[in-house]
Amino acid sequence: MLTPEPATRAASAPESVETTPAFVGPRAPAPRGAAPFPWERRLLGIHSALVYLFLYAPIAILIVFSFNAARQTARWEGFTVQWYARLMENTLILKALKNSLIVAGVTTVVATIIGTLAALALARYSFRGKGATQATLFLPIIIPEIVFGAALVTFFGAIQLRLSIWTVILSHIAFSISYVAIVVRARLAGFDRSLEEAAMDLGAGPVQTFFRVTLPVILPGVIAGALLVFTISIDDYVVSSFVAGVGATTLPLQIYSMIKVGVTPEVNAVSSLLLLATVVMIVVSQRLQQEPGKGESRR
Amino acid sequence: MSVSVDIAGVTKRFGDFVAVDRVSLQIRKGEFFSLLGPSGCGKTTLLRMIGGFEFPTEGVIRIGDRDVTWLPPYKRPVNMVFQSSALFPHLTVIENVAFGLRYKGLNNGAAKQKARDALALVRLEGFEDRPPAQLSGGQRQRVALARALAMEPEVLLLDEPLAALDQKLRKEVQLELKNLQKSLGLTFVFVTHDQEEALTMSDRIAVMNQGRVEQLDASHHVFEYPKTEFVAQFMGAPNFFTGVVKSLAEGLLYIGGRTEADIRARTTSDTWRPNDPVRFVVRPEKLDLRTKSGTSDGEVSIEVTIEDRVYQGVNTVWVVRGDDGERYMIYEQNDRPFQESSRFRVGGRAFMSWNPRDTVVLEKKS
Amino acid sequence: MGDETTKPTKAPYLLIAPSWAALGILFLLPLLVMFIISFGMRGTYGGLKPIDDLWAYILSGDFLANYKRSLEPLYWPIYWRSFWMATVTTVLCLLISYPIAYYIAIVAPARWKNLLLALVVIPFWTSFLIRTYAWMLILRTEGLINTVLMEGGLIDKPLDLLYNEFAVMIGLVYGELPFMILPLYASLEKLDLTLLEASSDLGAKHVSTFWRVTLPLTMPGVVAGVVLVFIPSIGQFVVSDLLGGAKSMLVGNLIQNQFAVARHRPFGSAIAFELTAVVLLLLFAYAWWAKKRGQEAML
Ligand SMILES: Nc1ncnc2c1ncn2[C@@H]1O[C@H](COP(=O)(O)OP(=O)(O)OP(=O)(O)O)[C@@H](O)[C@H]1O
Ligand SMILES: [Mg+2]
Repeated sequence: MLTPEPATRAASAPESVETTPAFVGPRAPAPRGAAPFPWERRLLGIHSALVYLFLYAPIAILIVFSFNAARQTARWEGFTVQWYARLMENTLILKALKNSLIVAGVTTVVATIIGTLAALALARYSFRGKGATQATLFLPIIIPEIVFGAALVTFFGAIQLRLSIWTVILSHIAFSISYVAIVVRARLAGFDRSLEEAAMDLGAGPVQTFFRVTLPVILPGVIAGALLVFTISIDDYVVSSFVAGVGATTLPLQIYSMIKVGVTPEVNAVSSLLLLATVVMIVVSQRLQQEPGKGESRR
Repeated sequence: MSVSVDIAGVTKRFGDFVAVDRVSLQIRKGEFFSLLGPSGCGKTTLLRMIGGFEFPTEGVIRIGDRDVTWLPPYKRPVNMVFQSSALFPHLTVIENVAFGLRYKGLNNGAAKQKARDALALVRLEGFEDRPPAQLSGGQRQRVALARALAMEPEVLLLDEPLAALDQKLRKEVQLELKNLQKSLGLTFVFVTHDQEEALTMSDRIAVMNQGRVEQLDASHHVFEYPKTEFVAQFMGAPNFFTGVVKSLAEGLLYIGGRTEADIRARTTSDTWRPNDPVRFVVRPEKLDLRTKSGTSDGEVSIEVTIEDRVYQGVNTVWVVRGDDGERYMIYEQNDRPFQESSRFRVGGRAFMSWNPRDTVVLEKKS
Repeated sequence: MGDETTKPTKAPYLLIAPSWAALGILFLLPLLVMFIISFGMRGTYGGLKPIDDLWAYILSGDFLANYKRSLEPLYWPIYWRSFWMATVTTVLCLLISYPIAYYIAIVAPARWKNLLLALVVIPFWTSFLIRTYAWMLILRTEGLINTVLMEGGLIDKPLDLLYNEFAVMIGLVYGELPFMILPLYASLEKLDLTLLEASSDLGAKHVSTFWRVTLPLTMPGVVAGVVLVFIPSIGQFVVSDLLGGAKSMLVGNLIQNQFAVARHRPFGSAIAFELTAVVLLLLFAYAWWAKKRGQEAML
């Protein structure tokens, strides 16, 4: 985080994914010396399969159980969607979902705008305090969430701001700006400046150039950043648990308190839905983060 | 002929680094003008100042009669074809070409029509609705060209637009571009580091070196009569001779010190004084290798040692060394089947001769 | 580019100002407030006790009371557990991740790579809470494993799989694994495979090629992964709260307790700062290491 181009715990991975050829094209088959013997390759393959099993089996089990008619045990007692149906009647969950959507929605809009502006400043200009700004942008992501939450609740207490849904939104905005700034900046790094020069050359002024060329070209990055922030916000438990006021229970908070009481099929169902929503958004966002043109087929 | 672009005393510094150094030149209306020079000599920087993407540290740039030195690009009557083509990836071909027309007050329909005309000009009908990602390199450059042409600029700026194309396609597009320029009667300012490309297309060439213009002349003139060692070298004539001025009379310089008889060479300068040291060049294809000193027809002959013989397909290159230690290249056209043996032998002695009218005197060093 | 860097302009400040404001007010200021409060005393209702004579308070050394208390032997086991669990988690993640990262980057057929990588990225972004919860379904007394074992007649009394250090360990490794795989993958992908051939060509066996060429060249990925896994592990509290028992409390739980249960914010703040200091120290060490190697940091 002290280097000019740091990535971070959560943000580094998609970025490195983006810059690696794996997402954009195949690499030549492994030569001798990399893993020459079939048994070596097979061993690595088996190990990898087991790791994927380890990563996905719990998720799969969760989803399967959400359709299990059994209420208490892990025994399979028939397929049912009743737990999903029950969610619709659970006012606590519905209220929490509404809160989560409001928080994630407002956070996403505000953080995306602020973060995109920051990315433009960082990618395009040198200005006083740039280095410090970059380092500071990475801190909210790298610092343990628990410290972040604790600091915010202490601060809100000190300025006597009553905890509410707004304190949740403010907190989420605080850590989301960094994610947007990083993702959009990565996009801007590959931006061909001559596109903007071409627009100006063709008569477009600076403002027109921004809206007709710059924004449309970086838009996939902006949307990707927005989706990621939406996912992070809607999944956040730790920070929200510190700063949520009465009546501002978000979905993860609600799920957590239900889990603490005991495992129930409703939790399985709502968790499965949340997982599904997240996965959809990640896949879309990953697609968008790929280099423009590279994903498209050439005729 | 009227002046289209007037560059007067322009200097561009990046920090302490001088990228363009006191350049003054005038580009005429309707000519194909090339900026030629090695990488990093400041060609692009000069072109970008004409386009308005950089601003001079010193000097003035006029287009037509207007001082445009400080105008932003979108207020200049010039357009640029970028090396990277800079097609907007989120727009189709036709949208790209029509991009700037709205700023000329054209409505959508008229703009589309005009864009279509421009595409026809570069023979790209039928590609209107493709995204740029689905075009080949040559097609992309032609769209970029159409986009600039549609703006009807007073001057078209081109920054190595063919650099990304392969050899064969490049040759084709060179001719196309030249014909287009001629038929439209437009002023083209073309940047390249390829001397052959510049010679093929240009009316006039400015050869640049380290931010300065070394020579500005009609293209064949630059090739045949380089004024400086740098230009000679860059134009493929690295055969340098040193002599002493004997006398100057009626545009003829008498050079001694290399041969028994003085070498007569044309010069346009009248600043030469007897005993001045003088450097001159002879192009390799104008040199002959002989077994005997052939002094007929006033030919100049110098005895040399043969150091190497290199077969190059069209030519055979003889590398020889004069008794003064200088190395020279001689091209012998391979108009007969190549044979291993030759009348000349590496390590042997021979005579290098040329017609005195091919002696090119370099500018006097001040 | 030259122009923006040489011409002073207001634009970058307009672009960056919202981020400065947001991060300043919602991140740096809260940290500062928490820092100050960590020197304070708890009031009656968990609030802050007003200090009458600041000078006397400082001279008496009472302002360090929270830090002194945090170093009492009572808390040592918690720190020690946090440290060794984070360490073991990191080591396990490294051992599990290297082969799979190697497989994806080098051995796997090119056309599978996108998919294999995406499968690692997805858990990276999905709700940590839900993924942890899934293990409760598997490990609890009426959970999957116990049910299967009992039905199969292998045991007649359910095993105590949940609410112990073992469960916390599984949860930590499960949660942090993607954070190790991705940086390793990124550095393996960059590896020039002809170097491995050269090594074989020079007579090295595969094992010694690995130790002498592959591993040293992918060290940036290893170190980045270690940092990325260790930091969140040591600040973790959700996993230990859900999967661990009273005996597997971590620093994160201790902090959270001071804010949520014990209502002793000054003390909680003090520990949070100690945790932050450890994290920052680690990051500085990492930045120093990367600089010394003359490589760009992967974080
Ligand atoms: N924005 C800039 N900041 C600093 N130096 C620059 C900048 N733009 C160009 N230069 C320097 O000015 C010199 C001339 O650059 P220019 O791009 O004009 O070269 P060129 O003749 O077009 O070369 P090439 O054939 O490689 O394109 C180079 O040494 C380059 O490094
Ligand atoms: Mg150039």
